[in-house]
Amino acid sequence: MRIAVTSTGKDIDSPVDPRFGRARYILILDEKGTVSEVVDNTANVNALKGAGIQAGKLLADRKVDVLVTGHCGPNAFTVLEAAGIKVAVQQSGTVRQAVAKIMSGEAEFADKPNVEAHW
Amino acid sequence: MIISVASGKGGTGKTSIATSLAVVLGSRAQLLDCDVEEPNCHILMKPLIEKSFPVGVPVPVIDKGRCTVCGRCGEVCRFSAIVPIGDVVLTFPELCHGCGGCALFCPEKAITETLRELGVVEIGTAGPVDFVHGRLRIGEAMAPPLIRAVKAKIKSEKIAIIDAPPGASCPVITAVSGADFVVMVTEPTPFGLHDLQIAVNAILGLGIPLGVVVNRSDIGDSAVQDFCQSRRIPILAEIPHSRRIAEGYSSGHLLIESEPSHRATFLKILSEIELATAGTSWRRASCASS
Repeated sequence: MRIAVTSTGKDIDSPVDPRFGRARYILILDEKGTVSEVVDNTANVNALKGAGIQAGKLLADRKVDVLVTGHCGPNAFTVLEAAGIKVAVQQSGTVRQAVAKIMSGEAEFADKPNVEAHW
Repeated sequence: MIISVASGKGGTGKTSIATSLAVVLGSRAQLLDCDVEEPNCHILMKPLIEKSFPVGVPVPVIDKGRCTVCGRCGEVCRFSAIVPIGDVVLTFPELCHGCGGCALFCPEKAITETLRELGVVEIGTAGPVDFVHGRLRIGEAMAPPLIRAVKAKIKSEKIAIIDAPPGASCPVITAVSGADFVVMVTEPTPFGLHDLQIAVNAILGLGIPLGVVVNRSDIGDSAVQDFCQSRRIPILAEIPHSRRIAEGYSSGHLLIESEPSHRATFLKILSEIELATAGTSWRRASCASS
């Protein structure tokens, strides 16, 4: 299982970034909870529109199974759903804590977007 | 000859100035309301609309039988409007700018286009003045293609007066680009000045000569006049606040109907524009000081 977590910093003890499309970084972790890739999301942070769509595409290209974030809008959700990526929304704390919740099965997955477009 | 009336700040009197300019010109004028989000000129001009047509952007439709999800369309699109994911291609029509790139580059010829309606263009006459405006669908974000459709109706033999939207972003740039002269309408307040400065920088960036009309010129302070002087921007006219104009406006009457003596003011604005576009050094001067 590959888990992506939106993050305000590059390391596993950084706080989760509540934004998905415009998250500062996206950390990708393997099934043991080790960071395997740090994606700098600057290009999407500055995108005029379609940031969530591009971030969703980025995760699909990296064969991610689960996304952990704060807010996920309708366009991003459509992309993630098409890619078969499960989304845990309204997650907070550090990346390490958020991943632990996924591993323990404590976190629930969303069946719809939790914010409106251009939130 | 194309004259665009713009402002930066909303509510300064663009529509009042544009409509009265058109009425003063009479049969020489064509008035085009390019504030397609909230067109207002027709309220003052009361035109007889003779024809109308819908305007849209072409958006992609995928033929799933032909699509191999090769991903070329997604690489071509700058706006994330078409995204190949797994074994499907998703489209987001509201993000599509209608460039047609995806259909052009699709190696399987799997993309056709359908029109997503943005609004309508209506054409008619208001007395001797030719009239055109666009009406954007409520909630629609993409005004520029509709503004371009309105401007496509410009008659070169007329003096086209374009009423531009407020602000300094894409719809304003679309409305003023190609103009021979821009009339900036402002009010002499800190708010008017702030937004005027932004809009002036945008217009001068396009290389279009401009002049300022100070509306309700006897309120506020003199900072707008000082700014114009320091940037060597000509003040074409100052129109003092008038209860008669305000009352007329509030019941849908033209400035020039409420205060016929201002006919001379508008003729002066037009002659200043004529002078400026005949090749004086206004624009070069204002650029040099900026």
